[in-house]
Amino acid sequence: MSDAAVEFCRVSKAFVARDGQVQVVLDQVNFAIPAGKTTVIAGGSGQGKSVTLKLILGLLQADDGRIKVGGVDVTRIRGTGLEELRTRFGVLFQGAALFDSMSVYDNVALPLRERTKNSEAAIAELVMDTLVKLDLEGHEEKFPAQLSGGMRKRVGLARALQLEPEIMLFDEPTTGLDPVMTHEIYELFAKMQEKLGYTAIIVSHDIPHVFNLAEQVIILNNGKMDIFASPDEIQWSKQPHIQEFVRKTMGEIYQSHLVE
Amino acid sequence: MEKLSDKSNPLARLGDTGLYILADLGRMALFLLYSLRGLFRRPFRFAELLKQIHFIGAGSFVVIFFTALSTGMVLGLQGYYSLHKFGAEGMLGSAVSLTLIMELGPVLTALMVAGRAGSAMCAEIGIMRISEQIDALECMAIDPFRFLISPKFLAAIISIPLLTGLFDVIGIAGGYISGVTLMGVNPGSYIEGMRSSVTNHDIQLGVIKSFVFALLVVWICTGRGYFVREIRSAGFGAESVSKVTTQAVVLSSISVLIFDYLITAILL
Repeated sequence: MSDAAVEFCRVSKAFVARDGQVQVVLDQVNFAIPAGKTTVIAGGSGQGKSVTLKLILGLLQADDGRIKVGGVDVTRIRGTGLEELRTRFGVLFQGAALFDSMSVYDNVALPLRERTKNSEAAIAELVMDTLVKLDLEGHEEKFPAQLSGGMRKRVGLARALQLEPEIMLFDEPTTGLDPVMTHEIYELFAKMQEKLGYTAIIVSHDIPHVFNLAEQVIILNNGKMDIFASPDEIQWSKQPHIQEFVRKTMGEIYQSHLVE
Repeated sequence: MEKLSDKSNPLARLGDTGLYILADLGRMALFLLYSLRGLFRRPFRFAELLKQIHFIGAGSFVVIFFTALSTGMVLGLQGYYSLHKFGAEGMLGSAVSLTLIMELGPVLTALMVAGRAGSAMCAEIGIMRISEQIDALECMAIDPFRFLISPKFLAAIISIPLLTGLFDVIGIAGGYISGVTLMGVNPGSYIEGMRSSVTNHDIQLGVIKSFVFALLVVWICTGRGYFVREIRSAGFGAESVSKVTTQAVVLSSISVLIFDYLITAILL
């Protein structure tokens, strides 16, 4: 088996907008995401960051190329094969995507009830264990509408971790959170990854924070990808669009971080 | 970025619209197929089925009761007025019951359920779609059809024919109240007229219609919500859900009326 958790080989994806415009989001891109590491996918709005995540999950079909997850070609499987493959993933959505009509407990228990044959007592033990780990004890009877943004993200993370995923996908995980909560959430991600050893793929605009976690960075720009082995490598890039990206998104914060 | 087709060309616009409609029909056909397949996939969500039967069936009882009662009473009055001219008031039971069992019962029940429960189902699924809850189900390897849509399908297919039966009974009672109690038609002739004229074939026609209408209402209402992102005229966000909900009720109501004619023409 390859060391890459996810591989993109000459993958292309374009969309036709409602006005008939064709927008090429990914143009023959190649990259590999190393297993057990944290990869950050960055880039401006509409550059295809979330599309990349959906392609990995098989929620969207690539127009061309192959996408391999643990050696399995996502572009060639359908139905139950794809369902089985998805059990390897945990996903934390931008808005957490909690089920509004279910309590925190039921949201977290859902993957276990649906995808395992565990008894209700065993499920209760696992759910409570995760809720305690994520500091959500005492909130299990609440509904998503009664939670703060940060708590919703933690419940989303608790739900995503229930099936012990090999790969965790984070789609803009700190959007809408204040800086203190953002810092706490990223600390929590780092702690959980250290404990569980999953491969993390983080799509984020929150560059200064997320780069502290990154072991590999992919920057999307006009359908192409630039891959950097570490965040520090980015500042040495001679490409104008990367320099522009560094100036706009990291600016003084990143520079001061480097000086430290 | 390049343009796929020139929208200033009327022929290109027509072709584009044709392709869009074909794609939409294809999506809806696959949606029906997956929803029916979901009925046979495990684990079966029995509690969710009961919840949906309660929502679609028991929850629609009040509106069905008043619609059926007023329809039956109006039929009783109108029927009496028309039949009285020919001295045929004794046929009132027959006229009211046949009209309700074969026609008005199935149609009005389906229209009422589309307005009350169909709109709610469409909005619920639409909101789940735009807030990525359906994507979350897929990511957890949970079939959204089995989990969300199929219980609604089965609940509608069970509830709407039962509601139609209730509509018929309440409507016939309404006709009795206005025709017999208020207008003085002989109660024996009302009951006997009904008993002698309503055949098994008439009841079968009503039952077939109610099953077909149930499928149409639940299919169109849940399908429009599920594809809220793909519907061109819907726009985006909360507005898209409100627009597809309106569209779902209108489309399902029109479909019920069209299929009512087709089934009557084929089976009568």
